[in-house]
Amino acid sequence: MAEKPRFIVVGGGLAGLMTVIKIAEAGQHVDLFSVVPVKRSHSVCAQGGINGAVNTKGEGDTPWEHFDDSIYGGDFLADQPPVQKMCEAAPGIIYMFDRMGVMFNRTSEGLLDFRRFGGTKHHRTAFAGATTGQQLLYALDEQVRRYEVAGLVTKYEGWEFIGYVPDDAGQCRGAICQQMVSGKIQSFRSDAVILATGGPGLIFGRSTNSTINTGSAASAAYQQGAWYANGEFIQVHPTAIPGEDKLRLMSESIRGEGGRVWVPSDGKEGRPPVGQPWYFLEAMYPAYGNLVPRDIATRAIFKICRELGLGIDGKDKVYLDVTHIPVAVLNAKLEGVMEIYEKFVGQDPRKVPMQIFPAVHYSMGGLWVDYPRDDGQPHHWQMTNVPGLFAVGECEFGYHGANRLGANSLLSTVFAGMMGGPDSIKFVKAQESTAAEASQSIFDREMKRHDDFNKRLLALDGPENPFQLHAELGDLMTGAMTVVRYNDKLKAALTSIASLRERFWKITLTDKGAWMNQPLHFSRQLHNMLILAEAMTLGALQRDESRGAHYKPDFPERDDARFLKTTLAQFTPEGPKLSYMAVDTSLITPRARKYDVDKKGGDAETKAAALTG
Amino acid sequence: MIGRMVRMRVRRQDGPDQSSRWEDFEVPYRQGMNVITCLQDIQKKPVTRDGKTVPPVAWECSCLEEVCGSCTMVINGKPRQSCSALVDQLTEPIRLEPMSKFPLIRDLIVDRSRMFEALKRVRAWVPIDGTHDLGPGPRFSPEKQQVYYQLQRCMTCGCCLEVCPQVTTGNNFIGAAAISQVRIFNAHPTGAMHASERIDALTEEGGIQDCGNAQNCVEACPKEIDLVESIADMNRQATRRIIQKMFGG
Repeated sequence: MAEKPRFIVVGGGLAGLMTVIKIAEAGQHVDLFSVVPVKRSHSVCAQGGINGAVNTKGEGDTPWEHFDDSIYGGDFLADQPPVQKMCEAAPGIIYMFDRMGVMFNRTSEGLLDFRRFGGTKHHRTAFAGATTGQQLLYALDEQVRRYEVAGLVTKYEGWEFIGYVPDDAGQCRGAICQQMVSGKIQSFRSDAVILATGGPGLIFGRSTNSTINTGSAASAAYQQGAWYANGEFIQVHPTAIPGEDKLRLMSESIRGEGGRVWVPSDGKEGRPPVGQPWYFLEAMYPAYGNLVPRDIATRAIFKICRELGLGIDGKDKVYLDVTHIPVAVLNAKLEGVMEIYEKFVGQDPRKVPMQIFPAVHYSMGGLWVDYPRDDGQPHHWQMTNVPGLFAVGECEFGYHGANRLGANSLLSTVFAGMMGGPDSIKFVKAQESTAAEASQSIFDREMKRHDDFNKRLLALDGPENPFQLHAELGDLMTGAMTVVRYNDKLKAALTSIASLRERFWKITLTDKGAWMNQPLHFSRQLHNMLILAEAMTLGALQRDESRGAHYKPDFPERDDARFLKTTLAQFTPEGPKLSYMAVDTSLITPRARKYDVDKKGGDAETKAAALTG
Repeated sequence: MIGRMVRMRVRRQDGPDQSSRWEDFEVPYRQGMNVITCLQDIQKKPVTRDGKTVPPVAWECSCLEEVCGSCTMVINGKPRQSCSALVDQLTEPIRLEPMSKFPLIRDLIVDRSRMFEALKRVRAWVPIDGTHDLGPGPRFSPEKQQVYYQLQRCMTCGCCLEVCPQVTTGNNFIGAAAISQVRIFNAHPTGAMHASERIDALTEEGGIQDCGNAQNCVEACPKEIDLVESIADMNRQATRRIIQKMFGG
């Protein structure tokens, strides 16, 4: 290779920064693009912790147990080999952060402390108060800054990725980005582009996500030919504070530390006397109690409020109670979330039970990505179906199947970066030609396409407001595409999305200038959100079963014969084209997923084989 | 019936070289709303109180739960995050202005890159040998973790610089946030191996010696970080370093 290869990472959350560090550590230069200063990325919102079977509590925890919990928790939809590798790497990842100086909570011996989380019986979650994501992000931000000073990383903060640049053979040769302050659009040559652009929560209007989580970059790649996988799998977190601007997460770690969920009882048979607390999760799921996985807890809360009418004051609210936990413990382990509740609700949760309701939280689905397989073909960790285009973190579908376990997201973002970074280098080194040698015409073509699109947006002169349309999209998706799904409502939602897409071209940008034009950027994001919303909703419509976070009362059972498959959406101008790919279940045979009783061992033979070799 | 309206005054400026102006807005009141909700309402209907359609107010935000630091602005004269500024606790009209110690980009958006540059200057990181698996990090006590975890909650929001009389747009005083970061890394068992490098950086031009001890920073910090103690600790370390150097250390 004549010139040094170039690498672009888009997104500066945990996945993106881990990727950057791995590439820089190998001595390669990285251009890092982010819509916000990377230290402000959405990873800061992760509260509870990061999973790893470090097994310092004498519980006999193992990476295999972590793997089995994750696969079982994900209702067997995840390809198993990458999840196994992730769980094996987890203790080392936690130790790496420990060496970077993350202020994890400690035991009296000065070791890392671990707490309980949903969907497991083990203390497996390392944590730094209740702002673990923030603390991990800061650690990686510091290491990236070190490489920036060393000249191996160039940051482009305040730049938005608006598309990749394919050559005539379809290989990714660079990216088109727009500087948000000046409005300047520019092409960047690169031998590998790694998207680490986060989840699409904003498609649901208000969620636990940050305002930057539009899914716009993933949608742009999808529209150019990258497959979008399992888009219908949206995690609705059971415990959040409703708000006008945002639904603020109240971490699962609150229940991990002993928090209990209840409503005043109606005194019916098998329940406490009228008005007494009914700890309904503990009653319905005696084996896991308040620590059932999120999809299970969320459906239970929906049942309490919507079917039984037992929400607080008949409304969509239940109690999350920590008033029985000593204040010193709450302050040492949960201060960050206690503070959020206090600041935004105005009540002290140490004294008064919190009032919460489920909220859209996480996308298990995302861009389809590969991993090494034993079929004699070249496969690269985290590479999409577009050669040279990689994806890591929440913007890809890789690790969580039909439902993500709490504290596995911080782990999967970092693991994906650890694998994706080095494998992007491997891919680049195996190529015969470089991006530097690619024809200028392919860059000019993409520049023109985006420039035309921008001009078209700025010239629009209709009655609609993009921010208003976004609020409508959010209401529509929250109504049809969250906890309980019905085919007639999903069909109606697809019709409504189509109508929003028509109305989109009747907006007026309330700002026509180039300088820091937020409505321009938001409108393009909205355009991309509408297209992704369609792929997600069609995926849900066609999946006639219930699995993990995807629940249809008309099809209440999991249907492995028809749907133990990854949904793949391919963009066409006429709408998404869906196909299905087999799931790799080679390590653990799928079994029924239940949380009212203890998880049964699952594949003792496979397990023994894996352990011996 | 017209419900209760929330009155806002926003200082607008189209770009760095433009003049600024005040614009008044009104948005419908809802219980529990914050300044972000008000600004989002203006985005949906960017019309001033006197009926003029204007570009929506430009501002930065992201997490909306006071952990990312993005949405910092001056609200009724005080720098703070607009997500945690609840309308019920504010006097109306609510006055929104950009922070004044950073270069203005547009409306309420400023360029805070001097804060990130300061982190480079003081080498605010633990210089690990690599990201490969080298086993656990150093042990330390829960008491120490509690102290330094609190310091590490700094979200680089800029409130401490905004209120500091020593920070001006024209100078390069490093400010309380970066000084407090040095305290963290110099206390970490591995970071401490490189403490003198950071102290040397901290005592270069625009360093800790420019602190005027006004102690406004500690009052302004939304995370209640004990910045005064951080500055005092770093001053002690700087003094020790000077003595050490005098004796050829």
